[in-house]
Amino acid sequence: MKMKRGLKLLALVGVLSLIIAACGGGEGGDTTTTAGGDEETTTSAAAEETTTSAAEGTTVPAGELGTVEVAAGEPIKIASAQTISGDTASLGTDQVRAIEIAIADKGEILGHPIELAFNEDEGCASEGGQTAATRITADPQVIAVIGTSCSGAGVPASNVITSAGRVLISGSNTSPVLTSDLAGNEGPEHHEGYFRTAHNDAIQGAAAATFVFEELGLTQVATINDGDPYTQGLTSAFEGAFTDLGGTIALSTAVTPDQTDMRPVLTEVAAAGAELIFFPIFQPAGDFVAEQALEVAGLEEVVLMGADGLLSDTYVVLPQTENMYFSGPQTPTGDAYDEFVAKYEAEYGEAPIQSFHAHAYDATNMVFTAIEEAATDDGSGNLSIDMQALRDSLHGMTYEGLTGSLSCDEFGDCAAPNIDILQNTAETADIAAVRGNILATYSAEQLGF
Amino acid sequence: MTEAATVDARPVRRAARITPVSIFLWALRIAALAIILYGSYLSISSGRLSAAQWRDLFVFGISTGSVYALIALGYTMVYGVLRFINFAHGEVFMVGAMMAFYVANALATTTLWTSSPVVSLLIVLVAAMATSTSVAVIVERIAYRPLRGAPRLIPLITSIGASFTIQYLVRGLVGPSTKAFPRMEQLRGTTEILGVVILKSQVVVIVAALVMMAGLYLFVERTRTGKSMRAVSEDPETAALMGIDVDRTIVKVFAIGGAMAGVAGALWGLVFPSLNFFSGFLPGIKAFTSAVLGGIGNIVGAMLGGVSLGIFESVGPSLVLAGYEIPAFSQLKDVVAYAALVLVLIFRPTGILGERLAQERT
Repeated sequence: MKMKRGLKLLALVGVLSLIIAACGGGEGGDTTTTAGGDEETTTSAAAEETTTSAAEGTTVPAGELGTVEVAAGEPIKIASAQTISGDTASLGTDQVRAIEIAIADKGEILGHPIELAFNEDEGCASEGGQTAATRITADPQVIAVIGTSCSGAGVPASNVITSAGRVLISGSNTSPVLTSDLAGNEGPEHHEGYFRTAHNDAIQGAAAATFVFEELGLTQVATINDGDPYTQGLTSAFEGAFTDLGGTIALSTAVTPDQTDMRPVLTEVAAAGAELIFFPIFQPAGDFVAEQALEVAGLEEVVLMGADGLLSDTYVVLPQTENMYFSGPQTPTGDAYDEFVAKYEAEYGEAPIQSFHAHAYDATNMVFTAIEEAATDDGSGNLSIDMQALRDSLHGMTYEGLTGSLSCDEFGDCAAPNIDILQNTAETADIAAVRGNILATYSAEQLGF
Repeated sequence: MTEAATVDARPVRRAARITPVSIFLWALRIAALAIILYGSYLSISSGRLSAAQWRDLFVFGISTGSVYALIALGYTMVYGVLRFINFAHGEVFMVGAMMAFYVANALATTTLWTSSPVVSLLIVLVAAMATSTSVAVIVERIAYRPLRGAPRLIPLITSIGASFTIQYLVRGLVGPSTKAFPRMEQLRGTTEILGVVILKSQVVVIVAALVMMAGLYLFVERTRTGKSMRAVSEDPETAALMGIDVDRTIVKVFAIGGAMAGVAGALWGLVFPSLNFFSGFLPGIKAFTSAVLGGIGNIVGAMLGGVSLGIFESVGPSLVLAGYEIPAFSQLKDVVAYAALVLVLIFRPTGILGERLAQERT
């Protein structure tokens, strides 16, 4: 009898531990609980609000996505959904700062102050993106969302935010699934109303592959992703381009983001005879790959290469990342950018900490321009902003930003990017130095896009 | 049909007990074994990995597994005396690892770190053990002692609460960022033992874990305190009647479990030199799995369970999954680990060494 109860208890414990394991996937775990229940109600509430305000909008013919009314003196609300805690915090914090600078620079739109109504943490995870988007869309006055930082969070966020009739514009999502493969095929997670000023990883993958094949002269490569849409999209773009060039993908494998023991997978890499490991993942898994690659027999000479997700101030200072190659968006040049960096340094006391601040700044300003175009004033300072007109305006816009000339294609890709290949050496002490150590630059045209 | 034939050959009394469930279980066991054996055959015969690489995978598994084993001891000992799973134990481990990080970081700036690595390592170990022991004892005093005598589910839920409390206290104290352990130059590179090339850090981890576990085993089997622990574990009421202070004994059990977790934390820092406030969760769950795998409540079982789980995780994906050409099989190592748990429990429902416990208890 006693035994039986003991076993029952054990079974219960087992089930409980599985539940905890499922909930505790990351730091976003604590916030996810609120998401599930609220999600449906809030989005439908938001949708309702939109239709009512559309019905009330008497002066302007309302588009089918509804309008947002901003009364005289009321602020125009935008939101941010970036990763601002945990290991990927530098990626999001960098962009939140850029959004704040953009708001301060702009001052006001058509006489209305601009308010960053939400600064949500998407935690670089799908659940975080879902939660952040759900919270934001609960406020029908929010016109546009700048985010997300990570493509993994962008997948649910794009769905929730565009379904609510709002636009989501990201400064650092790069996965092809969110837009298209740049060959005319719509990505499976593309939704109308999603835009981005960051490059599409079809280009970054091709740039990295071209560099490895032509400049480093290596033909046997192993790729490691972590199952996230960003890392998967980038490794598959790399693999496609590398095979087209004539190289061989010795091994295409994956780890989990919370994995610490990379030695078994690296043993497989050694067995496959790879000369280079391309692992566009995040920290801390990226720390372990670089650290343990040195220790696995057969990988003493292997070349390591990461991508923009690892190009952060906390990664390049690790001793094991010395001599590692990175691909990433080109650092903008020009007076406007220098002025922006000066403001950034004055405000936050350090140089930009990641690669996508300028993209987020441009994204925010594109939204401002689009709001100005889509808004109609009733003469007494009350604004009516048609959400369909806002999307149309973004699609039709050619915006000269810090990162170059931006014009959005039908799937929301706005950038005509240049990709830099960088190397971390003993001399490059911080992220700014690494970003300055450019070995090659590839433009989209050069790569055939 | 073959199962039926073998079963028929058994004595009549056994045959009378054949139920559809037992036939299903046997079919499942045979199918699972066949899948594993065929996958391993495919994988080994493909010649993808050299013998040295297979051996390396085993060594990686043993070193991770010995850390699991050290943590698992805390789960299994507490289960032995109190019959509940102390889910806060993973956090006790994390606190030890955190303290090890801060002490190691401070030491790394001194000459002691490079001139006498053994002394520095001992300091780090002692600091981690002291911290983990204190946290384990405090948790017992605050969260579990007031619940003594309550239904067993209640301390179980409390332990989950304690786990989150410790996690977020640590987050509040040291922040959410990931901390990188300082390197020790003497522990870098490899060494050769009996003709096998092993990473030095792994030698340290395996040796330290073995020493701790041997010490613990002797302590429990040979000392008066150990005897009182075994007595309380067998029957707390009779033990109390025999003059054993049950509360004191339980505190000692928590303290020893905490000390083992502290050692594990410091060793973890040597093999996986980066950690954050959430780092205790996964090793904790793995250690709990190890304890169940080995037969919960059994000390030697926890050690065996930990090392086996480490080996399953490390070798399993390459051995079984690779044979079936499953893409990106390394990502599935946790699946392999938990599937191995299920398999072992199908064959031995009480765990690898669970029988002794079951006999003692009935």
